Order: sequence, then C-alpha cells, then structure tokens
Amino acid sequence: MLEALFSNVPLMIVTTGALVGIAASLVGTFLVLRTQSMLSDAISHSIVFGIVVVWLVTRQQSGPVQIVGAALTGVLTVFLTELLAGTRRVKADAAIGLVFPVLFSIGVLLLNLYARDVHIDAHMVLLGEIGFVWLDTVTLGGLAVPQSLVWMGAMTLVNLAFVVLFYKELKLATFDAALATALGFAPVALFYGLLLLTSATAVAAFDAVGAVLFIAFVIVPPSAAYLLTDRLWLMIVYAALIATASSAAGYFLAVLLDVSIGGMMAVMTGVFLALAFLFGPRYGLIAQRMRRRGQALANECRTLAVHLYNHEGGDEQDEENVARALGEHLRWDAARARRVLVRSLDRGHIVRDGELLRLTPKGRAVAREILEPWRLEGGESAARS
Amino acid sequence: MLAFLGDYTIQNVAIGAALLGIISGVLGCFAVLRKQSLLGDTLSHAALPGVCLGFIVAGARDLGAILTGALATGALAALVVLALTRNSRLKTDAALGIALSLFFAVGIVLLTYIQRLGNAAQGGLDSFLFGQAAAILRGDLWVMGGITLVAVALVAALWKELKLVTFDPVFAASLGLPVLALEVVLTVMIALAVVVGLQMVGVVLMAAMVIAPAVAARQWTGRLESMVVLSALIGMAAGVFGALVSALNRGLATGPLIVLAVSALVLVSLLVAPGRGLLWEAVRHRRAARNLKSQQVLTTLYRLAAHHGAAGYRSEQGSLDTYHGLHTRRALARLAARGLVAPVRHMPQEAVHWRLTPAGVAEAERVLGRLDEERA
Repeated sequence: MLEALFSNVPLMIVTTGALVGIAASLVGTFLVLRTQSMLSDAISHSIVFGIVVVWLVTRQQSGPVQIVGAALTGVLTVFLTELLAGTRRVKADAAIGLVFPVLFSIGVLLLNLYARDVHIDAHMVLLGEIGFVWLDTVTLGGLAVPQSLVWMGAMTLVNLAFVVLFYKELKLATFDAALATALGFAPVALFYGLLLLTSATAVAAFDAVGAVLFIAFVIVPPSAAYLLTDRLWLMIVYAALIATASSAAGYFLAVLLDVSIGGMMAVMTGVFLALAFLFGPRYGLIAQRMRRRGQALANECRTLAVHLYNHEGGDEQDEENVARALGEHLRWDAARARRVLVRSLDRGHIVRDGELLRLTPKGRAVAREILEPWRLEGGESAARS
Repeated sequence: MLAFLGDYTIQNVAIGAALLGIISGVLGCFAVLRKQSLLGDTLSHAALPGVCLGFIVAGARDLGAILTGALATGALAALVVLALTRNSRLKTDAALGIALSLFFAVGIVLLTYIQRLGNAAQGGLDSFLFGQAAAILRGDLWVMGGITLVAVALVAALWKELKLVTFDPVFAASLGLPVLALEVVLTVMIALAVVVGLQMVGVVLMAAMVIAPAVAARQWTGRLESMVVLSALIGMAAGVFGALVSALNRGLATGPLIVLAVSALVLVSLLVAPGRGLLWEAVRHRRAARNLKSQQVLTTLYRLAAHHGAAGYRSEQGSLDTYHGLHTRRALARLAARGLVAPVRHMPQEAVHWRLTPAGVAEAERVLGRLDEERA
C-alpha cells in the first residue's frame, strides 16, 4: 500500500512541489513582513557557488553535507552584503545586487570548467527538474523514497520546528525589532537563523526547482496570503495552502501543455497572487473599489441631508428641498440625484411629503453630526469640547 | 596581436561589449542614485519571457523580434511592480521579487515549450541565459548600436531634467517638470540597457552590469557628469575584457566573466578611490589614533610637571605606562622625534625618564587650550 504510494510518480512530484512551497512559505512569510524579500533572491543565486564548491570537494550532490555547506554560502552572501552596506559607500539595495552576482558567476564558471559531464549543468541551475525527482531514490524502511522528497520533508519539519519554537520571538522581532532587542530576544541572531534556514531550504529545493524559481516559492505565496489576512499564523497557513494548491495545479497544467513542471508551479503561485490581489476580502482591488464607492455614496447622502437641514423650515424650503433643486443647487445630474435619493430613502434619512423632501429624525442626526459635531449627545466630541 | 584584433568574431565581441558597457554604465548611474538598483535585477529576469515570445513570433532567432519582446516584458514587469506597490499593501521589495520570479517562471515555461517545438534554431536561445559573446553576429551589432545611440542621445537631451529628478524629485515637481514621465523614461531606458546586454551577459547577471559600473564610478567622483562618463568607461573595460576572455576560451560563459571583471573594479574602487577609499580611511583613522595618543602622553607629562611645580620635571617611563594603562614607548619616541620631549637618565636610577622641552610645553599648552575652548 505504502509502496504504491511512493511509486506513484505524479503524487511524488506534487508532494515534493508542495513541500518546497510549504518550507519556503514558512521562512518567506517573515522575509516578506520584514521587507527583505530580495534577500531570498540573493541567497538563491549565490547558493549555486556553495553547491558547486561542496560538490567539487566532496563529490556529493545532495545530502546533509551539501545542504549545510551550501547554506553557509547563503548566509555568507547576507553577511557580505551587510558588510558592504556598512561601509556606507554603497546603498543597501546596490550591495545586494553587487554580492550575489559575484558568487553566482564564480559558481557558473566552476561548473563550466570542472563539471561539464555531470548532471548539475548551468541549465539545471536555473530550471531544476522536479519531473525527475523519482529517479534518485533512497531506501527508507524497505521503501524506495525519492531523495528530494526526503530532504524537502526534513527541511519542512526543521522550518516548522523553528517557527513553532520561536513563534513569539519571531513575531516580536518582525513587528518591533527595537522592543525585541530591549527585552533581550537577540533579533539579529534570530534573523541569521531565519536566513540560514532559507539557504538550507533553497539548497534542498535546488534539485527540484533550481535557483531562480525557488524565489517564487519564497515570496509569492506569503505575499498572496498577506493580501488575505492580518493574522500572522493565518498568513503562514494561507501561504502553505496556496503553495500546495499551486503545486498540484501547476503539475497538471504542465503535463497537459508538456512544459516545465517547476516553472508552471511557480506561475500558478502567481495566479493565486493575482486572485488575492483582485478579490481579496479586505485588501483586494475590488473590495477597495467597492468600499470607496460606498464611501462616496455615503458622502453624497450626507450632503443631501445637510442641504435639506440648512433650508428646513426656512423661507426657501419649498424651492430648495425638492428633488428638482438638486440638479441646480448641488449640481448633480439626474442619474446621480436619483441614486442619492433612493439610497437616502432606503436608509431612512428622508421621506417624501408630496413634492417636498423631509428629513426624518435620523436624517437630521446625520446632518447635525457634520454641522454641529459638538452637540452630539454623550459622544466623544462633546467630551473633548 | 594584429591578427587577433583582425579576427571577425573578436571584433564583433569587442564592439558588442563596448556598447553594453556604455549603455549600462550610463543608465546604471541613474538607477543606483535613485536607489533602484534591484529594479535592474527584476527587469533583466523579466526579459526572459520576452526573448522566448520574440522567438516564437518570429519563428527564428531574429534579434529584432527577440529584443522587442524583451523590452515589452521588461516594461510590463515594471508596470506590475508599480501596480502592486500602489494598489496593494505589498512593499517594493516584495513587488520586485514577485515580478522577478513570476516573469522568469513564465520564461522557463515558454523555453520548455520552444524546446518541445524542436526547432533547430533553439540552440541560440540558451545564450540568453548566461550570455555567449561568440554567438554575436555583425547584424546584431547594428541593433545594439542603434539602441545605445538612442538611449545616450535621450540622456544627453534630457540631461538637466533627469539630473533634477534623480536628486530632488520634489523640487523638480514644484518646477512643473513631468516627474512621472521622466521616471518612466529612466525605467524604460534601464530596460533598454538590459536588452542590449542580453546576448553578452544574459538575463540572470545583467543586474550586476547595471549596478557595478555606477557604484565603482561613484567612488571616484561626486559629480554626475564625470560619474556617467567614468561609469561608461568602467563598463566598457570590464565588458571587453570579459568578452575577449570568453571568446578565446569557448565553454566559459561570457556573463560571469564580465561580472567578475566589473566586480573586481568595484572592489579596487572601494579600496583605493581618493577621498572615499576604505584604505585611505583606515590610514586616516590610524593616523588620528596615533596623534591622539601622542597628545595624551604629552599633556600627561605637562600636568605631572605642573603638579610638581617644576617645568623640567622628569617622569619615569613606567609611571607613564601605568598612567595610560598601556605602552607609551612608541608615542614617546614620536614626540621625541618632533623635539617635544627629551629622554633623561640620571643615576643611580636606571630607568629612562622623560621631560618636556620648551617646545613641548608650548605644544601641550596649545593642545590643552584648544580642549578648553571646545569644552566652553
């Protein structure tokens, strides 16, 4: 039964993709919130250097030595970047863009020189080949399990353990670094721990998705989740769900179109981001537009109430407080005037009295709230004045 | 040597690399000064789907179509970054990373699609990933040269406006300059620079060509005029060097070689550029520390003399060491060389003693007087 599970190639591929996405989202959430997403760009490029060097020294293409060794390069990148920015000769963003190309270049050249015949060639570096994860297997408890799956599973567990163990500290360091320092939580050490895990995850994911597509898994699902929620733990959960869904949808689309599986998975994270960007319940583009329109209409209703209130009981009441006057005195066109009247009637601000528009007590309160805020009964403004 | 320079491929490579150096050097200055270094990174990765689309539309490796495609997707990526930062709660860094990785992913998907088509000409596309200088044709140079000429002419024509927008966009807006339009012009031109570099450096490393020459040039000068010229020269030198090495050793990707060359120039500039160089700063720092130490020892001698009421009071070296908590021998030797203190030996004591010379007294009084002034 288990054997059938592990020899199911599509399932293995989708699971590996999902694990890459989940492990990346766990660390990516904090990078996005700390506005340091581009560090994942730097890290995932420069681990190429580490991977090649470790491979040249140990001839190991994967495994713990490879993960730790190459992951240290990722941290080295960040360290060098901060060192360069610390000289104050170079801005922080330019420093990122100076350091990782150097390490990446050395990695590619070493590949050109020493590794022409092995399976890590320059193409591999960029694309990865998640479609072949089932080729390299290890035997675990009598079962042939894909190697990438094992390492990605391990990285996911390590990242999960890190986030769960240091949840409180990470949260504090992310949202209020100064307070975290003051309370003795060592946010810098925590930050480097996070980057070490990001690099290690990038190395573990390298075989599957390559260096550049990994960036999509780190940044895009957490960003999409960020558009959906304000709660940190929900953001992580949403990001993991989006990554899993992208992995599955990406796999089937890629098979259907016969294109790169890893690439399609990354593209699908983008589709989910676009959906969140458009239809997010609170921060989505459409929700924002609707809210703005609602506010505009509410303002127009207030304007009408104020207008009626100003002329209520006055000499010009019969002339001003009629539907006709809205066009001339408020310069509203017929459609707009009609829309506001309907809405005001719906809300119970006004009632019709023949030709005349009369404010209800509720409508009068709306007008007073604007014209005489100090007379608000028992309100805060009364207390303040 | 002449035969080498006369080689057709070598000529192409050198001219192409020079063009790349000029355009990326000039436009990189604006990107770096406007703190948009990583926009170059995003735009260069985002050129990949455009390269593939151009290839698919043209059906062959037609440079015009490929570069048009690269420019279009690069500009689209810039628009995506703008849309995400303006209309959502995502910050610039996330927007840059999103555009970079997603456009690249689309490019990968398109690349595998093209490979499936099994077109014989597809081999040329790989060179756009890491750059392959030897693949450049004479016809390509005309396209690259044309783009460079347009970009440089545009910078020259809009020089005053671009300079103002770079350093003080608020002031530029208050003068009635179309700031947004100028920023769009700069962004599009960075995309143009990326496009020119595609064949040389490739999409992955083009970011470095935008950033590095400008950063190196910035160390040598504080004026935009000279920075732009210097940056173009540095870009050219690194480009030609890397491209030639690559052309002579087939199998070494051009992009990484150019990037390493230009990065070496950055490192040298950071270390030895006059004024801003880190080496000179270290020297200044050391000199200042030494000077301070000398002054401390000198004033200590002066105060000891004043305390004992004798201008020629002789202080023992050991007591000075104790007083300062470390060895004062070198500071005293320097002071003696300047004639401010003099060693005295008087038997039966064997240890060296030091006393102030009249010049030393004057100097100590000057130092203490200045300290009092500063304190006041």
